[in-house]
Parts: sequence; C-alpha cells; structure tokens
Amino acid sequence: MIEFIEIIFTAGFWAATIRIACPLILATIGEVLCERAGVLNLGIEGIMSIGAMVGWMTVFLGADLYTGILAALIIGSIFGLLHAIFTVYLGASQHVTGIGITMLASSLGFFCFKLILPASTTPPKIKPFQPIDIPFLSELPFLGPAFFQHTPFTYLAILAVVFAFWLMNSTPLGLSIKMAGENPMALEAQGIDVFLVRTIAVVLGSALMAVGGAYLTLSAFDAFYFGMINGRGWIAIALVVFASWKPERALLGALLFAGLDAYQVRAQQLAGAVIPYQFFLMLPFLLSIVAMVIAAKRTRYPKALLIPFRRGERH
Amino acid sequence: MTTLLKVEKITKKFGDFYANKEISFEVKKNEVLAILGENGAGKTTLMNILFGHYTPDAGNVSFEGNTIEFGNTNNAIKLGIGMVHQHFTLAENLTVLENIIIGRQSIFSLSLPKRQARIKILELSKKFGLPIDPDELVANLSVSEKQRIEILKTLFLDCKLLILDEPTAALTPQETDSLFSTIRNMIKTGLSVILISHKLNEILAVSDRIIVLRNGSSVGETDTNSAERQKIAEMIVGKKIEYPQKTKIPRKSKVLSLLDVSYNKADAQRLSSVNLNLYGGQILGIAGVAGNGQTTLAKILSGHLKATQGSIVFEEVGSVHISPKSFMDLGVAYIPEDRNSDGIVGDMEIWENAIMTEMDDSFFRNSLGFINKKNSFDRSRNLCETYDVRMQSIRQRSRLLSGGNVQKLLLGRWLMREPKIIIACQPTRGLDEGAIASIQKLLLEAQQNNSAIILISEDLDELLSMSDDIAVMYKGMLSNPIETRTTNKLSIGLQMAGDGF
Amino acid sequence: MLKFRLEERAKSPYWLIILSPFIAILVAIILAGMLIILAGANPFESYYQLIIGAFGSKNSFAETLARATPIILTGLAASIAFRAKFWNIGAEGQLYFGALATTFFGTGLVVLPSVLMIPFLFVIGALAGGLLLLPLVLLKLYYKVDEVVTTLLLNFVVVLLVSYLLEGPWKDPMSLGWPQGKSVIDEGVLPQVLSKTRLHLGFIISIGLAFSVWFILSKTVIGYRIKSVGLNASAASHAGIPIFKTVLIVAILSGGMAGMAGVTETAGLKGYLTLDLSPGFGYAGIAVAMLANLNPIGVIFSGVFLASIYVGADAMSRAMNVPTYLADVIVALTVLCILLSLVFVHYKILFFKAKKDD
Repeated sequence: MIEFIEIIFTAGFWAATIRIACPLILATIGEVLCERAGVLNLGIEGIMSIGAMVGWMTVFLGADLYTGILAALIIGSIFGLLHAIFTVYLGASQHVTGIGITMLASSLGFFCFKLILPASTTPPKIKPFQPIDIPFLSELPFLGPAFFQHTPFTYLAILAVVFAFWLMNSTPLGLSIKMAGENPMALEAQGIDVFLVRTIAVVLGSALMAVGGAYLTLSAFDAFYFGMINGRGWIAIALVVFASWKPERALLGALLFAGLDAYQVRAQQLAGAVIPYQFFLMLPFLLSIVAMVIAAKRTRYPKALLIPFRRGERH
Repeated sequence: MTTLLKVEKITKKFGDFYANKEISFEVKKNEVLAILGENGAGKTTLMNILFGHYTPDAGNVSFEGNTIEFGNTNNAIKLGIGMVHQHFTLAENLTVLENIIIGRQSIFSLSLPKRQARIKILELSKKFGLPIDPDELVANLSVSEKQRIEILKTLFLDCKLLILDEPTAALTPQETDSLFSTIRNMIKTGLSVILISHKLNEILAVSDRIIVLRNGSSVGETDTNSAERQKIAEMIVGKKIEYPQKTKIPRKSKVLSLLDVSYNKADAQRLSSVNLNLYGGQILGIAGVAGNGQTTLAKILSGHLKATQGSIVFEEVGSVHISPKSFMDLGVAYIPEDRNSDGIVGDMEIWENAIMTEMDDSFFRNSLGFINKKNSFDRSRNLCETYDVRMQSIRQRSRLLSGGNVQKLLLGRWLMREPKIIIACQPTRGLDEGAIASIQKLLLEAQQNNSAIILISEDLDELLSMSDDIAVMYKGMLSNPIETRTTNKLSIGLQMAGDGF
Repeated sequence: MLKFRLEERAKSPYWLIILSPFIAILVAIILAGMLIILAGANPFESYYQLIIGAFGSKNSFAETLARATPIILTGLAASIAFRAKFWNIGAEGQLYFGALATTFFGTGLVVLPSVLMIPFLFVIGALAGGLLLLPLVLLKLYYKVDEVVTTLLLNFVVVLLVSYLLEGPWKDPMSLGWPQGKSVIDEGVLPQVLSKTRLHLGFIISIGLAFSVWFILSKTVIGYRIKSVGLNASAASHAGIPIFKTVLIVAILSGGMAGMAGVTETAGLKGYLTLDLSPGFGYAGIAVAMLANLNPIGVIFSGVFLASIYVGADAMSRAMNVPTYLADVIVALTVLCILLSLVFVHYKILFFKAKKDD
C-alpha cells in the first residue's frame, strides 16, 4: 500500500498536477468572468476545442507559438462576442445558446482542420512550448522539478489568475461585472451600460477558455485530436460552482482536481491490473458531480445569472 | 427663487396607452415639490423620463437652462439629477462603498480610488445626518439603511435635484419622520427634491408645493400652505371611490394555531418562537417592516416551508403532511405578495390559470387524466364574471391583464373554493385605488362567510381599517395581537421599530 | 449611434411563427454554403448531391428515415424536458444506458415471443434511461445542483462504462477482437418495414411515440402541469401543483425517450451494442427539439430533416470532397438561427437614435 502514498512525494506528481491544471484554470477563470456578469457560458467546451485547433494550426502553418496563443485568444473572443450578441443583446436562452455555440465551434473547428489537412491519418505534430528552468529556483531539490521547470505557457496561465484576481477586486470593470451579475438595474442606475459590461466579460472569458484549449495543443501535447477537450469544459463549469465564483478559489479547485487526476493516472499504473482503466477515467467526471453537490449546499449563485437584462422595460 | 428644472409638455405612450400626457411643471431651487397621484397615474413614468430611463414621445425638459438629452441616464447624472427608486438599486454582494463609487470612473480605468471615496462618503454622511458604515455588505442592512445608501449615492454625485420615488413605502412611521427631517435638512443646504407619493398626509407634512397627476395628466398644482386636504384628495382620485365598510361579526371557533414555531435555515428569513391563534371570522393584521419574517410566516402557514421547530395545528385535524397541496385541501388559501412571479403563469391563458388549483377535481378531468375543457371554460367564465375580472376572452394570455385583474383572478380562484383560512400578503400593493377597494371588499365578504384571514401588509392604514386585531413582526418575532380599536398608528410604528420585543 | 431596444409583442403573428423555422433553416444553409465555397466546391451542386444522397433512391430514403429514428426519440426527450425548463442535455448517456439494458436483457437473459419481446425491450430501455436521469433530478430538486452540468458529465461516465463492458465482461467472443456486445436474440430484433433496406419497426414506433407525447402534453393534466411548471414553477407551486412529482415525471419521460433511442439502435439497426452506436444523437435531439419549437409532432419533421442532412452529407462529401463535418456545422447553425428567429417572433426590435455619450 505504501506505493500509493509515495506517489504524492514525487516531483513528477506535482509537475503533472500543474500541467493538468493549466487548461482547467484558464477555462474555469474564463467561466467565472462570464458567470459573475450573469451569463452562463455553455459554449465553453466548443470554444476550448476550436481554441486548441486554431492555436495548433497557426503554429503548424508556420507562425511561432506565441502567435498561436494570440490566434486562440482571437477566435475565443469572436465566439464570445457571438454568445454575447445572443444572450446579452437579444436576451436569448443562455442554455440553448451555449449548447449551440459548443456545437458550432467544435464542428467548425473539425471542418476547418479536415479542410486544411484532408488526408492525415496520424495527426501531424508541432514543436510545442519547451520547459524553461527558472534560475536558481529550478535547482532546488524536489521543489525545482515540481514547480519551476514548466513551459512559459504554464506561467502565463498562473499569471492569468493573478490578472483575474486583480481585475475582479481592484478595478471599476471588475466591480461592474460583479454588479451586472447581481443586480443589473443597479448598474444601469449608476450610468453604466450593462450590455457593454456583460459583453466584455463574456468576450474576455471566452478568450481565456480558448487559450485554455490551446494549452493542450501548444504545451501539454503537440498535436490536435478530435474530441481532445473530452469534457474539460463541463468540468470547468462544475469547478466554477465549487469555487464559489472566485478566481483565487478556481485556482485552488483546479489544482485539487488536477492533483486527483494526476494521482489516479499514477495509481492506475499500480492498480491497472485490478481495476479497469475506464473507472479511473470516470473519476474526474464523477468527482465534478460530487464537487457540485458539496458546493451546492453552501454556495450563493450570482442572483442575476441566467436572467437577461432588458433596457427600458416597463415594470 | 430661481428655476432649476423646467418640464414642458411631456408625453409618453405605451402602445395606445398614454402614461404621460402633456405634463408641464417647474422645480425651483431649495424646494420640495411633491408629485401626488394614485398608482398608475404616471408618476413613475414621468420620473423615469427625467432620469433618462425612458425617451418621451414629445416634450422638453431643461435643467439649469440646459436641455436634457433623453434616454441617457449618464447625462441626467452629470447634470446633477439623482434618483432613489422605490425598489432599491443596490447589489447585495457588494459593500456600501462599492455600491456608491461604481460608475464614477470609466469601466476601462485601471484603479478604484476607494480611499478618497471613503473620506467623501463619511463627510457627506456627517453633513446630512445619514450614519453608515462604508465597509458593511449591503445584504446585512435594513430597509431604511439601504435607503440611506441610495440617498448618499446621489449626494456623492453632487446632485442638485433629488428624486425620491415612494420613499416611505417600506418605512415605519418613525423612520418616515426621520427621513423627512433629512429632506428638510437637504433643502437648507441648497438641494431641491421631487417627492413622489400617493400618501397625502406625508406630502402635506414635508412638501412646499404639490402637483397632482391623474391618468397621465397633470390635474392641479398648489402651494402646500394653501392646500385644502379635501380638494386635493378629490383631485387625486377624480371620481369618488367607495371603500368597503367593515362590519364586525362575532368570532367563531379557533381554526388554526402556531405553537412556538421557529425557522432558522438560510433560505428564508428567520422566525423565532412564533405563537398565534386564528379564529373563524377574524381578520388578523400583521404589521412590520418588510424582511422581518412575514414572508417566512406566510410560507409556513401555507405549507410552502416546514418550520424547523414548533408545530402548526389545524383544529379538528390530526397531524398534517406539510405541503402546499395538503394545506390547500384543509382549506388554506394563499395570496403571495408577488402576484406576477408567484401568482400567475403569465404565458398561460386565463382559463388555464383559473383552474390551476382544481386539477385534482374530477369535474375538470376524467380518471385517465384528460382535461375537461368545457367544464374548465365554464368555470373560468363564471369566475371572471363573479369577481369582475375584466378581459377580452378567457383564451387570452394572462400576462396582458392589469395588476388589479390579476389579483381579482387569483383571489377569485381561491374564493371559489370557499377557503377556511386566507393568508393574504400585501394583497393591494401597487394596485390602483379602484382595484384596492374591490380586493378589500372581497376579503371583507370572505370574513362575513366565516373565513379566518391573516392580512400581512406594510400599509398601516389598510391594516387599521381592515383588521380586527393587529400583531407586529420584528426580527422574526411576533407580538401578541391587540384589538385594532385599542391601538393607533404611532404605537404600531414603535413596535415595528422593535419596541416591546 | 444607432441603438435598439426589444419590445415584447402582445401577440406574435401566425405567419411569423410558422415561417420562422424555415427562414432559420434557409439562413443556416446559406451560411454553410459559404463554407462549401471555402472548400472549393460549388454550393448548389453540393446541396444537390446532399439531397440526392438523402432522398435520391429508395435505399437512401430508407436510410434517412432509419437515421431519423433515434433522433426523433432524443428530440422528444429534449422537447419534454425543455418544456418544463428541465435542461436535460444527457440524452446521449441515456441512449447508451437504454442500449446497455437492451444488451443485458435482450441477448438471451429473457426470451419471449416477438410480440412480447419487442415491447419488453422498449419498456426496459425506457426505464434504464429514466433511471439514469433520476438521481440527477433528485440532486436538482433537493440540493439545487444544476442539471445541465450533471447530465453532461454523466454522458462521459456512461460512455466509459460502455467501453469497459464491451472490452471486458460483455465482449462478444465471436467479434474477433472488435469491442462489441452480443447480438440481440432474433425475437427481439426489430423487423424491417421496407424490404432490402435498413428501415426497421423502430421508425414507426418513434412516430407513434411522438403522437403519444403530443397527446399527453396537450390534452392531459400531466401535460398541463408540465407546461405550468416550465413557464412559472413558483406560481404553479402556489396553486398546489406538485412541482416535485411533475419534474420527476418529466425526467422519467424524457430519460425514457432517450433510453428507447438506445433500444432502436441496438435491436433495430445494428443488432448489437458498439461503442460508436451514437455519433451524437443525443446532442442532435436538442437541435431537433429547438427546430420543432418543442412540439412533438414537429419533432418528426425536424428529425427527418436533420437525418437527411447527416445522411446526405456523407454522399456529398464523397462526391464533392467537402468534409462531412459540414453536417454538424449546418445543425449547429440551425440551432443558433432558430434561437435568433425565436427572438424575432416574440419581440419587435425598435431602433432609435441616440448620441454617443459625451
């Protein structure tokens, strides 16, 4: 049994945790931004998928890796804008819009991939982000290989959390986003355009989701597969509830979650003969459901979540 | 005195309906102008136009000589117009400070000047006698404290004209007095105030000048000093409305009692050891500032919530399963306070709403569960006739009904069942005077038929005229009921503020 | 700057209600046409190939109807649930659960004559779909756990479960290493309704179910309750309508329909369970339901429409060298266009001029 405990004392486990957490962190923070503004963004799964494809394809076609991230950011913003036009300006159902966006973004991504690479049977590879050693820190025993030998993209993802934390707590925009999701009338009464605030939040959030997808193809792996998002978007939505809509807790939640995932991969190697691998793969999904149940009891939803704001409506 | 605001021939239509028709008036510096009128007279629409929420179809408004650009709240704010809505526009998840400073910087600005703002807020709060803690979460504040924040919000913007829309609706008489002295204070420091209300007494107490609106038009203007009470009252209503007169009937046997009922879960306001006896033919009024547990009490009495402690006893009935349905079957009728979100299904037709409480009655369905449309239609027509629900057709979507007709439909639906107990929460809130009179009449008739009625209201006048006994709720506690004729507005007001608890 | 505002229509004109899905489809097809141009093909010819591929021969027509069968059922599942504002996005998982039940009971465990065996399998499949949804409904009702996310997450769990069973204990030893389940016994196989095609009894059954659902929703107390709970649950509960029971019925009906889609695929089309039994029929159901404006009869037509896109796209792809994913793009665009058209049906858009701030 001791092997099962030893897993968590290996640097590899912690490094993997961070690697697994990154796309979830980016996606969860993106979803937090949307939901704090009052918009549930179920387009997340599709937006991550097309972000992964576009980011990868940009690099495959010759651009550098950072341009790949930028391309994912842009495609995410475009789908975010589409989502916002539907749900914010036109007040359409957030549920159906989100599902529609997911269907559109992923199918469009697959379509374009096949269009550009019609015949490839084995997915072509690119040279992804390489780990860089942070001077001095990376040489620390255990801590070095666990935390300070990651790719630049990883550090960018952590930076995104800091950015989101700062945005939500120290800027007028963050305050406006929080108010838009709680009482949009109050925001309007203070002379701020609710539509604009919600749109900014959804666009920014969707951009982060797409970048989260791109992490998979540009940093964690080196190729694009169909279905490679594999429910990560839905898990992120569960993590948002678990994180009580706070960016800093989203980081914790994603790390905890990724830790369990990294652990199960290693435990699977030890117990693979006894327990079929499918049960290990189910764990993240079941855990997400459990996390939502745990959070549901104490959590406080943004009050205006799912409710379209209509200006000049007669009360 | 110089003119601050000049309103000229403002007209606003919603469809074919004139909400405002050629309204003109002026507000001078350092005065309190009262705009009086019953619900639906067009007061709120007019203010929403001034504040930039709506764009009028015709007319002009100028402020300090500058023409106001319509449909732009920002512009109104910049000119110095501040508005406190009847329903507060505060975000409960943010602090007082955050609620006040939001919107002061561009949303693209990179910093929040919280420190300077805190200093200014504390200064203002001292200057105008509006004590607050800037770092408190708004969710933890009482109604009158929230109103203070709303006023501070406008003062923070250096407003010159403050519009208060029905500011006393949810205040105790004592809080009302304190608000009025704040208003007089503000006038002294150079502000002007527009006060919108339908309460004549209050207006006479605090205003300098009065304008009366009726059916969207301005029907009279007078200085408060020379105002004649009776004449203004007639101007407000236009035609004389006959309010029902209460006739007392002998009290029948006990129908319901609450024994030490408490509720302390987070999903509703708290209740602590509430005791209550209710008798047939009794109207028990329950007064209290909104948010002191009235809604929880009503929900427990109607089976929507289960008390965490204590018991609810229906006389001559054994133990009861707690659910809305089983309480209904015991003869409980419940008029929820928000008739649009809890009462009517707006997107269903009138007949569908009319029979909603009757779906288990074999008269409206056969044993296989098919709806008997003929009987349902007949019942709906009958209901609409009996209770004067005015509509074009029972196949019409219910959301197109006016508030008064929705309430008559909902109340009528219950009265058809001849309920033993009626729990009416704010049954006349927001209705026009004619509808208020009809609803009150229906309730009094039900009392004559020996129904026991619990009337929860924030309108003390209504409670005093309708109830046999009045009890007061404060922080989840319920006072012992006292006979209405032995009490008065002032002493109820004191109790509402916590006196005697 | 031109600003706009939505004003709710008191009454939506009938022509608009009827015409709106067709306009939405047209717009979706035009937009997808641009992608075809991008792919270097002629859009008119491509769509011609698509129509031929879906309806051009007895065989292709039968194939379209066969493909429509599970889509109609998942469309019904979404229609019922969405009417009550219960967002069941888990039809995919419920479909596989129905298929698992079919495999468990239909491959020899229970042997009945055909007239009993087929109804038995449908009941079992429906129960399985409903049962899968049940715990999630309870979580929603008791703990307010959002059902969108839980139903979505459970889809992945079920697919993994199927994968485990097909690679492990339920693997058909005769399948030469291919992960597939044992064949459904002859008594349970849905008979062909058009000879020498793949069209089977499941299609007729799905149409029958559509009419039954329509009947339940529009004529009975249960349908009335579902409608009132969906439109305003709080008001319904205040009028004594049992929310809990109603949502439970909705979930069982909805999960049941999706479960039966698993039956038609396992016992009808393939005869055995595979891991690629459903190429997203569960998600297609959402599109179908939206396209039909949640009307069960409409679901039949929108189901056939969607199936024709999927079937026709295969043929078009071969002939024109346009990736088959175009079908998914058309479906997704249709969902969004329908959503857009619903906004226009219910609201008037009023434009007004407003100067820019400052």
